[in-house]
Amino acid sequence: MKQLFGRPAGLTDISQRYCPGCGHGIVHRIIGELLVKLNIRERTIGIAPVGCSVFADEYFNCDMIQPPHGRGPAVSTGIKRSRPDCIVFSYQGDGDLAAIGTAEIVHAAARNENITIIFINNAIFGMTGGQLAPTTLPGMKSTTSVQGRDIKKQGYPIKVCELLSGLDGPYYLARTAVDTPKNIINTEKALKTAFTYQIEEKGFSLVEILSMCPTNWGMTPVQSKKWIENTMVKYYPLGEYRNRAKEEK
Amino acid sequence: MPQVKILEEVCKGCGLCCDEVCPVNILVLSPDRINSSGYHPAEVTDNSKCIGCGYCFKICPEPAIEIYK
Repeated sequence: MKQLFGRPAGLTDISQRYCPGCGHGIVHRIIGELLVKLNIRERTIGIAPVGCSVFADEYFNCDMIQPPHGRGPAVSTGIKRSRPDCIVFSYQGDGDLAAIGTAEIVHAAARNENITIIFINNAIFGMTGGQLAPTTLPGMKSTTSVQGRDIKKQGYPIKVCELLSGLDGPYYLARTAVDTPKNIINTEKALKTAFTYQIEEKGFSLVEILSMCPTNWGMTPVQSKKWIENTMVKYYPLGEYRNRAKEEK
Repeated sequence: MPQVKILEEVCKGCGLCCDEVCPVNILVLSPDRINSSGYHPAEVTDNSKCIGCGYCFKICPEPAIEIYK
């Protein structure tokens, strides 16, 4: 019998230490498949973030580095400039990229560095225990906003794709989700496009992925999937925010 | 005919594959089976209905599902 679907060679056999229903695993699987499909596994260097996916260096079957909190784009820049033949991706969460790493991501995008950023947006700080993140929706409860995010006190969420699309630098910006099979297939396409542009040396690509965090949202995995569909997507609209290849045509 | 194989020891029983994902509705969380981590793994009720679309595999975070043909 032929295997149609199964664990890709781009992932190691180690069991992932995520909560049941966490979206990280789905994105890991997609990246693991792409490393094999695009035949780049041998020359890829990944950047593990700080957060729940800090152990990503054990899960991906390629070379990995784990820099300080939020410094993924800066370290990616260094690796890419010293080893331009390598494919460099930085895997970051919203606490990592949108809070402490805001300066790094904005400047890496403005410089149009030839790297790929995979940004997991679950609207909350996951590993530290569900605190308010820069991406937490207005009115959403977290352990540091128990009455819900008050925009008068905590301000408005940061929409990273919209923020970066104000710059001239980035080559490819897209926002997708992993709540339904359709959106997962779109995520596969977006990540493939992002890696392909890096292989073609086009420049900076970022894919923002809306992902579920059932534990810190206080929901079941199925409820959190529906919450993305019904609430989160309305605040963070899906789609391509920048695709220079299409604009140039 | 496609064959769905659930890796029971890897499954964390999140139930994402069981809810409206399978077009022929053949996946459920096992009510009586428990794996060594203490989760109720997903199980296939009627493999003969499987169409091999792979949606359950795509949404599985582990992935604890393999599909053969």
